[in-house]
Amino acid sequence: MKIHKYDTVIVGAGGAGMRAAIEATKRSRTAVLTKLYPTRSHTGAAQGGMAAALANVEEDNWEWHTFDTVKGGDYLVDQDAAEILAKEAIDSVLDLEKMGLPFNRTPNGTIDQRRFGGHSRNHGEAPVRRSCYAADRTGHMILQTLYQNCVKEGVEFFNEFYVLDQLITETDGIKRSAGVVAYELATGEIHIFQAKSVIYASGGCGKFFKVTSNAHTLTGDGQAAVYRRGIPLEDMEFFQFHPTGIWRMGILLTEGARGEGGILRNKDGERFMEKYAPVMKDLASRDVVSRSIYTEIREGRGCGPEGDHVYLDLTHLPPEQLDAKLPDITEFARTYLGIEPYTDPIPIQPTAHYAMGGIPTNVQGEVLADNTTVVPGLYAAGEVACVSVHGANRLGTNSLLDINVFGKRAGIAAAEYAQSADFVELPENPESFVAEQIERLRTSTGNERVAQLRRELQETMDANVMVFRTEQTIKTAVEKIAELRERYKNVAIQDKGKRFNTDLLEAIELGNLLDLAEVMAVSALARKESRGGHYREDYPNRDDVNFMRHTMAYREVGADGTETVRLDYKPVVQTRYQPMERKY
Amino acid sequence: MATPVLDKDAAGAPGPSSAESPYITVTFRVRRFNPEVSAEATWEDFQFEIDPKERVLDGLHKIKWDLDGTLTFRRSCAHGICGSDAMRINGKNRLACKTLIKDINPEKPITIEPIKGLTVLKDLVVDMEPFFQAYRDVMPFLITKDTNEPTRERLQSAEDRERFDDTTKCILCAACTTSCPVFWNDGQYFGPAAIVNAHRFIFDSRDEAGEQRLEILNDRDGVWRCRTTFNCTDACPRGIEVTKAIAEVKRALITRRY
Repeated sequence: MKIHKYDTVIVGAGGAGMRAAIEATKRSRTAVLTKLYPTRSHTGAAQGGMAAALANVEEDNWEWHTFDTVKGGDYLVDQDAAEILAKEAIDSVLDLEKMGLPFNRTPNGTIDQRRFGGHSRNHGEAPVRRSCYAADRTGHMILQTLYQNCVKEGVEFFNEFYVLDQLITETDGIKRSAGVVAYELATGEIHIFQAKSVIYASGGCGKFFKVTSNAHTLTGDGQAAVYRRGIPLEDMEFFQFHPTGIWRMGILLTEGARGEGGILRNKDGERFMEKYAPVMKDLASRDVVSRSIYTEIREGRGCGPEGDHVYLDLTHLPPEQLDAKLPDITEFARTYLGIEPYTDPIPIQPTAHYAMGGIPTNVQGEVLADNTTVVPGLYAAGEVACVSVHGANRLGTNSLLDINVFGKRAGIAAAEYAQSADFVELPENPESFVAEQIERLRTSTGNERVAQLRRELQETMDANVMVFRTEQTIKTAVEKIAELRERYKNVAIQDKGKRFNTDLLEAIELGNLLDLAEVMAVSALARKESRGGHYREDYPNRDDVNFMRHTMAYREVGADGTETVRLDYKPVVQTRYQPMERKY
Repeated sequence: MATPVLDKDAAGAPGPSSAESPYITVTFRVRRFNPEVSAEATWEDFQFEIDPKERVLDGLHKIKWDLDGTLTFRRSCAHGICGSDAMRINGKNRLACKTLIKDINPEKPITIEPIKGLTVLKDLVVDMEPFFQAYRDVMPFLITKDTNEPTRERLQSAEDRERFDDTTKCILCAACTTSCPVFWNDGQYFGPAAIVNAHRFIFDSRDEAGEQRLEILNDRDGVWRCRTTFNCTDACPRGIEVTKAIAEVKRALITRRY
């Protein structure tokens, strides 16, 4: 075991982590621990753009952007945070441009902008061009640009270090972050990182679904690590299903395709979104479009012999436009489906995409131990966190924005805190939890296999807590997850070695997914209303009287060791927008 | 509108074993190496059933998840964006997640090896550090000399933006560098990927450190080592014209115009 001491430790090297690292490295001795090489993060898979009311191509302002974000989130958004997001969006985009990001340009040489779902002019009048983009590779360009600037700033990376535990020490009745425990993939060695500040920027947890746009590595490691240590998770029932995943594979096809004029059609060739969202049509918010697609499928208007998908039609767009604006997604259609998007529509279905919920933070990125109490020295930003700027449904292009605005804020706040704070004493035997976990998995003689349990988890999540939910389906999921958690105790791995043991890490990742799936299902069961990405067929309306509040899920361990999820609630911050009926 | 069912015979893949099942039996011949077990690398065959429309990465997962959990490789996004899973498949550098089994002659054993020229650490996992060091050595970040940054964005015409578009696509997967015979023989050579990333800045109208980068690449281990074998261009999963980019850097070194 090795012990390291840093002022600031950042967990994760995607967009949020590297944006934080650029700030933190300038102000404090910083280490970035990442389970992948920095440019491998799933930020790179984001395609369509980053919203900011630059008004480069038409009238726009950050107040309209704030409104769209609040409305898009079905009024569960904390409006103070949304205002910061929309206001600081402009500088965030300009920061990236100055760092070198190659945005597409207008004829005047300014950053070009295009339409995106849910982004509107003057509070819903018509779609507005707000998304700053680099073809359909905006996430890739952000990730590369941030890594380039990390190289420039000399950011210190620990690549292929898996953070498996959060260290918390209670002093003077206050829980404080003391550091993290990491597992080095190359050697199997355990490392303790004592740090004054820790920032979680480890991304989402979409791998508990089967059809998902998420990478294999998005297993909620950060959320699970803090949740096990008594930190709540906020709004985990809200998960976004992106309307246009490649049929059966789930690979993302950007909303920018519809921003460029692409149209969704059912088996009769009908542009069905006109029925569901007369103004915004194909550019309604993602939850609305995904539900519309499944409604078409359920009512027998789906395409193909099994009627289980619809089409994304780009055939009316000039090939030059597709080549210039959507080169990657058209190539995906060719590579994975053998389809030529110039001439043939692309079969799509909604795909599990983004966790709106996560580790609760305030607008400085400080993690909350309950509705109000900050955990000194602990921060989170990006998909792992819940500020909450996305509420019940995130707007497209607001996540690349989120990682930049709140990554930067968390990086500055954490480093400034580290400048004034002392190290918190490590708990006794800080490595014990991780060491025991690894030892148990390495020596287990159980008969359960990781892949089998993960498949069963993904099947039940897709079947029961996806776009449409009912009390019965969610209960089925809760029971199945409980069964899988029980069977997980008997999981065994084949690779017993120390060197690059990805077999072991997949087992640990599955444990994280099971913990988070339980939180999600339990939170969803209790929310007896429909709001944003959480749609209950048995409660089809939004219920502001009883549920205009954030869910806060805590892990409780009984005297006999049984674990349960305890739910509490937190008020939503409302400033200028009163809840209205949500129409597109 | 046609239903997108792939024509089973179109890609030259063998038909399924029965009319209903799309599955075929394939053999993956994988280069195995684990110094914890043996100092020698060996070949190991895995035979299994798979839909030929699936990716080589899906096949590797089938092995890891159902047959042999010790098989070790890197992967993440599974659709050609993250650059984790470059490997030598049937003797050619490719991303396992962008290569469909039907496209690589699955009647015969499919050979899978780690990319060449970097130290193998375990099975298909290589030491990426020398690769990233070469990347860092070309100063892969925008350098400007202006002391007062503009309030708004720097302006750049669409044509100037287009000038370096091709090399912005790089995902640092190392498929190009590890397909280069010069790199195999001399690990000191910067290699195509580093040159691609230098190109991305040299030809960016906003950047003002082109001269410095050119001098770095004028080194004995720089662009002049390139023998124009086009392996790198063939290997690039992003379709970057790597050899052309290297030629443009060479030309810029001679003419000092870029």
